[in-house]
Amino acid sequence: MISLKINGQSHDVDVPGDMPLLWVLRDVVGLTGTKFGCGIAQCGACTVHIDGKPVRSCVMNVSAVGDRPITTVEAVGETPAGKKVQEAWLDLEVVQCGYCQSGQVMSATALLTRNPRPSDADIDAAMAGNICRCGTYPRIRAAIKKAAEV
Amino acid sequence: MAKKISGPSYGLLEPGDLSVTSRRRFLQGGGAGLLMGFVWLRNGKAWAAGEEPSLKVIGGGDNNGGNTFQGFQPGGFIRIAGDGKITFIIPNTEMGQGIYTGESMLIAEELEVGLDQITVIPAPPNEQLYQQPILKSQATGGSTSIRGAWIPLRQAGAAARTMLVAAAAARWGVPAGECTAERAVVKHGPTGRTLGYGELVDDASKQTVPADIVLKDPKDFKLVGKPAKRIDTPSKVNGSALYGIDVRLPGMKIAAVEVCPVVDGKLKDVDTRPARAVPGVVDVVKLDNAVAVIGDHFWAARQGLAALDINWDNGSKENVSTQRIVEDLKTASEVGKPVMGRTVGDVAAGFRNAAKTVEAVYQLPFLAHATMEPINTTVHVRPDACEIWVGTQAPTAVQKAAADLTGLPVEKVIVNNYMIGGGFGRRLIADSIVQAVNIAKQVSYPVKVIWTREQDIKHDLFRPAYYDHIKAGLGADGMPTVFTDRVTGGSVLGSYLPKGLPEGVLDTDAIEGAAETPYDFPATQVDWVRKDPPIKVNWWRGVGPTHNVFVVESFIDEMAQAAGKDPVEYRRALLGKNPRALAVLNLAAEKAGWGEKLPDRTGRGISLHDSFGSYLAVVLETSVSPAGEVKLRRITAAVDCGININPNSVKAQVEGGFVFGLSAALYNGITLANGQVEQNNFNDYRQIRINEIPPFEVHIVASGENPGGLGESGTVSAAPSLGNAIFAATGVRLRTLPFDREELRQKGSDGSVLSMVAPVGLAVAGLASSDGAKTSSDPARPDLSLSSEMV
Repeated sequence: MISLKINGQSHDVDVPGDMPLLWVLRDVVGLTGTKFGCGIAQCGACTVHIDGKPVRSCVMNVSAVGDRPITTVEAVGETPAGKKVQEAWLDLEVVQCGYCQSGQVMSATALLTRNPRPSDADIDAAMAGNICRCGTYPRIRAAIKKAAEV
Repeated sequence: MAKKISGPSYGLLEPGDLSVTSRRRFLQGGGAGLLMGFVWLRNGKAWAAGEEPSLKVIGGGDNNGGNTFQGFQPGGFIRIAGDGKITFIIPNTEMGQGIYTGESMLIAEELEVGLDQITVIPAPPNEQLYQQPILKSQATGGSTSIRGAWIPLRQAGAAARTMLVAAAAARWGVPAGECTAERAVVKHGPTGRTLGYGELVDDASKQTVPADIVLKDPKDFKLVGKPAKRIDTPSKVNGSALYGIDVRLPGMKIAAVEVCPVVDGKLKDVDTRPARAVPGVVDVVKLDNAVAVIGDHFWAARQGLAALDINWDNGSKENVSTQRIVEDLKTASEVGKPVMGRTVGDVAAGFRNAAKTVEAVYQLPFLAHATMEPINTTVHVRPDACEIWVGTQAPTAVQKAAADLTGLPVEKVIVNNYMIGGGFGRRLIADSIVQAVNIAKQVSYPVKVIWTREQDIKHDLFRPAYYDHIKAGLGADGMPTVFTDRVTGGSVLGSYLPKGLPEGVLDTDAIEGAAETPYDFPATQVDWVRKDPPIKVNWWRGVGPTHNVFVVESFIDEMAQAAGKDPVEYRRALLGKNPRALAVLNLAAEKAGWGEKLPDRTGRGISLHDSFGSYLAVVLETSVSPAGEVKLRRITAAVDCGININPNSVKAQVEGGFVFGLSAALYNGITLANGQVEQNNFNDYRQIRINEIPPFEVHIVASGENPGGLGESGTVSAAPSLGNAIFAATGVRLRTLPFDREELRQKGSDGSVLSMVAPVGLAVAGLASSDGAKTSSDPARPDLSLSSEMV
């Protein structure tokens, strides 16, 4: 049995230690906001925060999380940066199909948490790991800048 | 004589094809009040000629075909309950294009409700109620949704509002003309009395359907044409939106699947015991060409699959390779029998009278869709029914496929359609649903089948590869005397239609975007040599135009170069009969600063097309390093999509579609060797990323024309504008996609290459010798093996 602290709640899960956190969240805990995109940390759709830092949950063994707090897209709006990011995403109509946007929101929130006034280069560095096939990148960049001004 | 292209097409919508709703189709329902069906007629002309469509009974019912709804349901699209709850049953699938919002705006505009007052649910499979009038099928694709819905959804809203207003007027005993409706409330002007829609559902149900539905004058639009917030956005930023892959059901298990890696190969045998030994594995299921391992969660299923040593029967396609496919396309182009697409004017005379000829070969690769949401389907096959949870672009095709596989009547196949994490044509095909049903038939519980990204890419149904030979004659003034294009490639329509497409019959998709360009050529001939590849092919975002407009728009620049003219000036001179195309061209050029000086090794490329009923010009500015590295600097688009429903979505679709096309232009091509797809995942089927995307402006041209489609237009523009920009920056013409940076380095590494400066044409003409274009004054280079005589 592995004990996880997810979005402020404790969850005991009976899963193998090498099971990626992504599938624990989606298939065992039932938090489906975190998305499966590639399975090899190439697309960022599965991004969650562990101790506030962005992590690709598709390649993160659940046993490696330990007692560090996990935040997913379902609760990131409760953080100041997450709230600003979600509001900016709504204001600027970033989303299209939306499938990658959980990961985009998580990466952007992590960026703004550690760097409240990111430059274009900072945005590139923080967000280049998140693929969007709908091509919402221009609006993602604009929304991060808008969130940074709030 | 111009040959009218007929047959199935995603092309321009002609006014006569606009659908209308039947003015009076209703059924006296029992108990629940009046249930009426507004049917989207297949052919507006029949209606205009006074032919009455056949009277068909349409169930009012709930989303799954039952008859449980109590309230006002005028047709298939609108349902108003006694508590005032308003539901729109949306005929098209939301896959990112914003159609839930756009179609809701059409209905809400005429129903006089706010977007915040409605709930949207996806339509169940029902060809009679929800057949798309352009595709002639209940499907979402081809940038047809708004074009098809523009009149019927407004009519549905107007008819319902008229009946609600009439019901209120009758209750008050006043003329309906004294009453107005706003935000789901009917108001009697002289007395100020009001009644909510919910209070009127019973009376409205008894009202006669208006014989003549009067639609609003566009100047009175409250919603249409004004930026609206998408109704699906809030759920997509907080993780609560549910896609097919997010379905969770009591007792549900999850399957991972391995398909024979060789095209059309079969399963020979497998010892299933190693998988069954993996903790969490529940079942192992064999299919004709695959093995599925079912587990408590996807990880167990994956681990179980990985434990198996599967023996495959590779079949007859072990030697399939893209190298051979491309060789076959070239041979077919040279010696194959073409099917005529379109011929206008005297083509032979056009070449005889030409002072110069220009010709080139363009080649395009197979493409995977690589939607962000990997392929998935959840199925529960029960003795008396089959229930499916999936995001699909074609719900009736899914329903029929499952009925065929299970032997159940179609009404016993329940399809729950979900929002889609990217469609791009992939989810028009039911192949993965067929596989999932075949798995679910072997177990008693609901099973969710998920493909890994590797499966998603390797076992996609690809956009065909093409080999196109294009040629033009230029007069002494440099302007075209004739324009010909021989397209060679497989038939998507032939792969899609259940009975295929007979040899010798034109697949209009193969030539769409080339046969009818925005330009006025004295003579044109566009034909198609069919050469189906040994793998299945499918629609891909932008369909025919994405392929053909790349070839045509690149070649127009080659013609301009041969004529010594600026690419924008050259196009302008060919647009005398096409004012809408000319307007977007001029606007994009102006906003992009066309002709203004740029740094060395930097250039602007333009592309123009009118596809899906919309006009789009894009100027892309790019620089190319001596090492062949392409850096995008600025994107400027001008679009005329007719009346635009939601400017927010118009801009988003142009931006997103273009970025989608850039990934393909820069990076994507599916290759096969030894019968197997060589790409695996986003590491080797690379997608463009945010750090590569420059500032992007979209300018909308105001228009009162009927709405055009826009979901694919941006994609069409990407490769040609990039190829033209690369040429402008380096003098190197790249004619094969994806653009080869090594070729660019080898041919264009000379740092002294002129940059594009005003007047652009002169700079380009000066670069002609650095390029491989074959013209009469620039003899064929050995690396271009073109057939010497085409006409």
